[in-house]
Amino acid sequence: MSNAIDSVQLPATSTPTRRKGLSLRAREELIAYLLISPWIIGFLIFTAGALVFSFVISFYNTDLLSPAKFIGLGNYHEMLFEDELFWQALKVTSLYTLGVVPLQVILGLLIALLLNQKVKGIGVWRTVFYLPSVVSGVAVAMIWIWFFQPDFGLVNGVLAQLGVSDPPRWMFSESWALPTLIIASIWSMGPGMLIFLAGLQGIPLEMYEAAQLDGAGTWRQFTSITVPMLSPQILFNSIMGLIGSYQVFTASFVITSGGPNNATLTMVLYLYQRGFLTARFGYAAALAWVLFLIILVFTLFTLRSSRSSVFYGG
Amino acid sequence: MTIVANLDREADRALRTKNWGLLTGRILIYLALLLGGLLFMLPALWMLSAAFKTMAEAQTFPPVWLPSHLEWSNFTQPFIDLPFAQFYRNTLFLTVANSLGVLLSCTPVAYAFARLNFRGREFLFVLVLATMMLPDQATLIPVYVFFTKLGWVNTFLPLIVPRYFATDAFIIFLMRQFFKTIPFDLDDACKIDGGGPITILLRIILPLSAPLMGVVMIFVFVGEWNAFFWPLIYLSSMENYTISLGLRLFETRYFVQMNTLMAMSLLASLPTVVIFFLAQRQFLKGIVLTGVNR
Repeated sequence: MSNAIDSVQLPATSTPTRRKGLSLRAREELIAYLLISPWIIGFLIFTAGALVFSFVISFYNTDLLSPAKFIGLGNYHEMLFEDELFWQALKVTSLYTLGVVPLQVILGLLIALLLNQKVKGIGVWRTVFYLPSVVSGVAVAMIWIWFFQPDFGLVNGVLAQLGVSDPPRWMFSESWALPTLIIASIWSMGPGMLIFLAGLQGIPLEMYEAAQLDGAGTWRQFTSITVPMLSPQILFNSIMGLIGSYQVFTASFVITSGGPNNATLTMVLYLYQRGFLTARFGYAAALAWVLFLIILVFTLFTLRSSRSSVFYGG
Repeated sequence: MTIVANLDREADRALRTKNWGLLTGRILIYLALLLGGLLFMLPALWMLSAAFKTMAEAQTFPPVWLPSHLEWSNFTQPFIDLPFAQFYRNTLFLTVANSLGVLLSCTPVAYAFARLNFRGREFLFVLVLATMMLPDQATLIPVYVFFTKLGWVNTFLPLIVPRYFATDAFIIFLMRQFFKTIPFDLDDACKIDGGGPITILLRIILPLSAPLMGVVMIFVFVGEWNAFFWPLIYLSSMENYTISLGLRLFETRYFVQMNTLMAMSLLASLPTVVIFFLAQRQFLKGIVLTGVNR
């Protein structure tokens, strides 16, 4: 098959006088474009085209059944000045991100440090900490529902045995529902942890040996070698965590359905409700654009502010 | 002493040389692993225990860990109440079709970005990276409208077709990083023998990419098997449901039957857990090799 494709690529019009090097280069270029053509088509339709179209739809009122009606900035005006639920969703999602990202980065780094030790059966431990990340989000949500179940769940069972007379109602309580989701998110931090682990394995051991010769203790080695050497991974995980947690959906959809009293109404859950339950697709597109801009601004802000503190290479 | 040496060589050395600092360090590492691991496994163990309990046993307070007998009907009853077997077939079909799509479409793209020279390469690759950061929701509504106009809603097509157009930017990125590490001398040798870029891809790059493909397969398989948001949006009739959708349906109908719900969650998680367990050594090794972090 490879030979067939290779020989087809030779342009029929190529003249024998053309220099060999040039035609090889041109041939390689042609093949390269052919190889990436599925991506180009996919990008044009599903990313670039969709993004532009999404912007256009956000100026319309449409349920996809009756004809779409142009309303200018109507959706954005309603969102910013009339829709309390939008502000609630923005607040909930921001608080969630604020809780989840530092927690996942710090705990992920600590566990990665632990899993980087030369210890017997380390494969088993790595599996233990990564395993929850391969379980389906819905199944994970079910597990947490049962774990925090206020009447029969394990958490309140333990709390009762410890003598706590009035334990929280967790996802059924307006003040505890969001912290419950944040705690639950820690469980699935495997990928970030793995990136830290890979980063740790890339730090040359000689650096630690040299530091030991200079009399640096464990803590000093951690702050002066490990953290600076891992700064690209810390940045990567922070940004990916930020992007991911602003898009949180499954946990709030399955565990709390956004409740109680919208205490866990996240941006994407609200977008889903507007678009697919109340069939206001223009409004949902406007919400998506605002979400996109928020993520973009925070990502660029994180990238800029980290410029001086991230160390590449070495 | 030999027992300690069998358990941990460092600790043994510390004991022999009376290096108490090192010994304490080793003990602390094991304690932290044990405690952390236990804490991490607690929710899963709690699910496991409930999956075999009777309804009455699941609702005792204070809770008990071990069920008095194994209640296997928790695993069979849901298959009678709902077409769970169909949900599994659908999920398996989607997972296989999509994994194939991702591998077939992303490999050539990543190869071209990693090892071929063409005009606009850097610019186009920046676009790939930008797609990685783009939230799915930004393009959700128009893509949904597009598939509605095509009449594809409530079929598997909206879930499968985009996969064959290399829409998984992260996978392209991962593959490109790995392809770049393969020595270019091998390409030159192949070129001298008259091989073109496609021959190089098939004869040199792919055979050397086994660890990468292992990692990619796990990422894609796990992602597809567990997919929830997209099936939720596109699949509306029950005969098309995936396991995740089935679980959610089951929860809304039988939310008090936590024991059966846990049994179903266990069954839904089993395939990915088993695959990860079998491949974890290669997976973790491959992650380091692919240099996700660079």
